[in-house]
Amino acid sequence: MSGYLPVIIFAALIVGFGVVSLAVARLLRPSRPDAVKLMNYECGAEPIGSAWMQFPAGFYLVALVFIVFDVLAVFLFPWALVLRGAGLGAFWVMAAFVAILGLGWLYAYREGVLEWK
Amino acid sequence: MDAIVLPAVVLGPLLPALIVLAAAALVLGLDLGPRALPRELLAVTALAGMIGALLATLARWGAPGRAFRDMVVLDNYALFFNVIICYSGALIVLLSMDYLRRTGSDSAEYYALVLFATAGMMLLAAAGDLVVVFLALELMSLSLYVLAGLFKRELASGEAAMKYFLLGAFASSFLLYGIALVYGAAGTTNLDRIAAAMAARPRDPLFVVGYGLLLVGFGFKISSVPFHMWVPDVYQGAPTSVTALIATGSKAAAFAALIRVLAVTLRGVPPDWTPLFWAVAVVTMTVGNVVAIAQSNLKRMLAYSSIAHVGYMLVGLVAGGAGGTGAVLFYLLTYTFTTAGAFGVITLCERARGEAVEVGDYAGLARRHPMLAAALGIFLLSLIGIPPLAGFVGKFYVFGAAVRAGYVWLAVIGLLNSAMAAYYYLRVVVYMYMREPEGAVTAYAPSFAGGVALTVALLAIVLLGVMPAPFVDLAQAAVAPLLR
Repeated sequence: MSGYLPVIIFAALIVGFGVVSLAVARLLRPSRPDAVKLMNYECGAEPIGSAWMQFPAGFYLVALVFIVFDVLAVFLFPWALVLRGAGLGAFWVMAAFVAILGLGWLYAYREGVLEWK
Repeated sequence: MDAIVLPAVVLGPLLPALIVLAAAALVLGLDLGPRALPRELLAVTALAGMIGALLATLARWGAPGRAFRDMVVLDNYALFFNVIICYSGALIVLLSMDYLRRTGSDSAEYYALVLFATAGMMLLAAAGDLVVVFLALELMSLSLYVLAGLFKRELASGEAAMKYFLLGAFASSFLLYGIALVYGAAGTTNLDRIAAAMAARPRDPLFVVGYGLLLVGFGFKISSVPFHMWVPDVYQGAPTSVTALIATGSKAAAFAALIRVLAVTLRGVPPDWTPLFWAVAVVTMTVGNVVAIAQSNLKRMLAYSSIAHVGYMLVGLVAGGAGGTGAVLFYLLTYTFTTAGAFGVITLCERARGEAVEVGDYAGLARRHPMLAAALGIFLLSLIGIPPLAGFVGKFYVFGAAVRAGYVWLAVIGLLNSAMAAYYYLRVVVYMYMREPEGAVTAYAPSFAGGVALTVALLAIVLLGVMPAPFVDLAQAAVAPLLR
């Protein structure tokens, strides 16, 4: 268990930093809130309406397809670098992998996931 | 740059799961083809996958194999569960054909998801590593979450899917946290090496906490009290064919992983978990049976009854040894056929507005549909444990093992529970045979596929009931190497 002591100290430091800086800021800063100041600024877009609304399921389907592409790329780059040394076996393994993913994409395409409605 | 040495890829031990996955890919591929293809082709492909996996399982019997550095261990134990899972999957595919067409939800996704869930169950039974336990559990569970919500337009189905997903995800995180703690204590996720690490440092608190969390996760998946709250709502709301799969295959697979993890890693290592399982077994069967008495919805009643049956199986786990644990395996085999059959009959009965699920709907069924009523009656009698049906033999071996291991009181409580359970099962039989028909229940004569499924289930419970010895011997021989 002694190996975890640095983790505990680090966790305590993190929590302490957050609490202390927020508390000090609250004590020192003048408080003059207005509508613009309280507005969400994180992503730059004006907040429109409530977050509790229905939105098209297409968003998350496209995101899912994108993630699959993304992860495939993560696997493909190191594979492409070592393919010469790894030989034909590595080629067929990746071919099988891409074929399975390809079936999934074909399926997603046929289901109309990529058509923006 | 150094040459990359590819590790030897041994796919043999994965063969049953691979066959099922290939069938799933084929089903999705067929769906991409011309829309004019006969819809039965999807179900036939799924069925072929199940039967292919069953044949591959039988062909590998007695030839244990390991793959991916002991992550997948296909021994006789896993093969025994594969047989249960393949039968469960095949019965569900056969029963789904009519049911889905009638409810208008026939789709390739259904069969593909059933196949994915089945592959997850097989991997779960063959998992030799906690990481594979988690991955297989998620493959199985995620497919089942979606299947539970198959009836998109029905609120109950959506509620079932949502509840199952939220609580299931919660339970998975418990399991994962347990795996993390056990890994922290043992430095490995391989079951054999965890066993060695535990034997060296049995009192490490990390092990105890980690196993506690693991048991919470497994307790949810096998639906033991106090982690049973999701069962009635999910069993009631999910499409009946999916309920059958959740009640049989997924329960068997979760038991497979639980027994393997306990048997391999906790060989006589203190602390002794037996008193805990003793208490859980008693509470599980008592709560299941007492609450089942009050149910008027047949699916909900069977859900509570399935909780009670988990209690009986835990009795075998408490008894331990090849006798007790083998009895659990045999019990799961009998339970799978019986429960799949009972839910199969429910898929065939319908009222004007949806399924016939109230016990009152079954009044006078014997008059109108004598064969269906007889089938449901036999399944319910087997669930009670009436000889010469399979349910009786299953209970006999489980309670016998408990008595031999010195847990006489546990066996007595189990027998009292069985007597109590007879009430609510027999009530359905009484309604079917001794009441006048009321309301307009339409029962569909099963098509060829449904008829085959019900016949197989009936023959199996009679065969297992009349001639149990060879199957019990197989179960005990399969589990014995784990308990060395």
